[in-house]
Amino acid sequence: MQSYYKDENNVAMKLHFDVIKDDFSRAGEASSKIKNTLRQLAIDANLLRRIAIATYEAEINLVIHSFGGTIEVYIKPDCVEIYVEDCGPGIENVERAMTKGFSTATSIAREMGFGAGMGLPNMEKVSDEFAIESQLDIGTQIKMVVKY
Amino acid sequence: MQTKELINKHNFKLLSGTDLERSISNVYSCDLLSWVMAKGKNDTAWITVQTHNNILAVASLLDFSCIIIPEGIQVDQEIIDKANDQDVVMLSTPLETFEIFKILYEAGIQ
Repeated sequence: MQSYYKDENNVAMKLHFDVIKDDFSRAGEASSKIKNTLRQLAIDANLLRRIAIATYEAEINLVIHSFGGTIEVYIKPDCVEIYVEDCGPGIENVERAMTKGFSTATSIAREMGFGAGMGLPNMEKVSDEFAIESQLDIGTQIKMVVKY
Repeated sequence: MQTKELINKHNFKLLSGTDLERSISNVYSCDLLSWVMAKGKNDTAWITVQTHNNILAVASLLDFSCIIIPEGIQVDQEIIDKANDQDVVMLSTPLETFEIFKILYEAGIQ
């Protein structure tokens, strides 16, 4: 697994979104805005779809599991980088969290169709590069790169 | 098949959205949103019993043709308004999922 590192080189455009804990009514807004911006930049539909999946799953994870966090998108000449950071609670066992079907989502979230244990595996699947680092009581950082 | 055929020929009720000329090439039925995110393709008619606003984000992010709410399940006006804002086509029918599959299969989605 790669380590989390924010690469500030060659950033053509930066997008920043704050995602609030438990705010199910607005979950998906950041991903929709990211998709619309990238569509205007005429990014290929297949890439757009992968980025939409990556950002949506990240956004839902922030709403369901985190104390709140941010999604930053760096648009570069050869790729799109997505950085997801939260302020806790951190993941106890990242390897388990990355396992398909494993979830710690609440019953309320599950009733809404979340908590299938597919979020992180989906994010990894659609990314050309994927890095996750997490520390209990500190937070989780995820980097996803989708190349053109 | 175009979305409007479900309305005109099969009495599906239009709840929201305007793009009824949109073609349907795939059908998918699932209520776990991450599962749908992983498996959903373009131009999909998605059947789900979930009726909260996150289904709208999934349908619009994945460019689905429409969402079909089966078995006459009621959808809140708030969600219908949001679907109209995002121009997501949502249809409702008293039919069960299997009956909906049969209609779409017979219409050539195979």
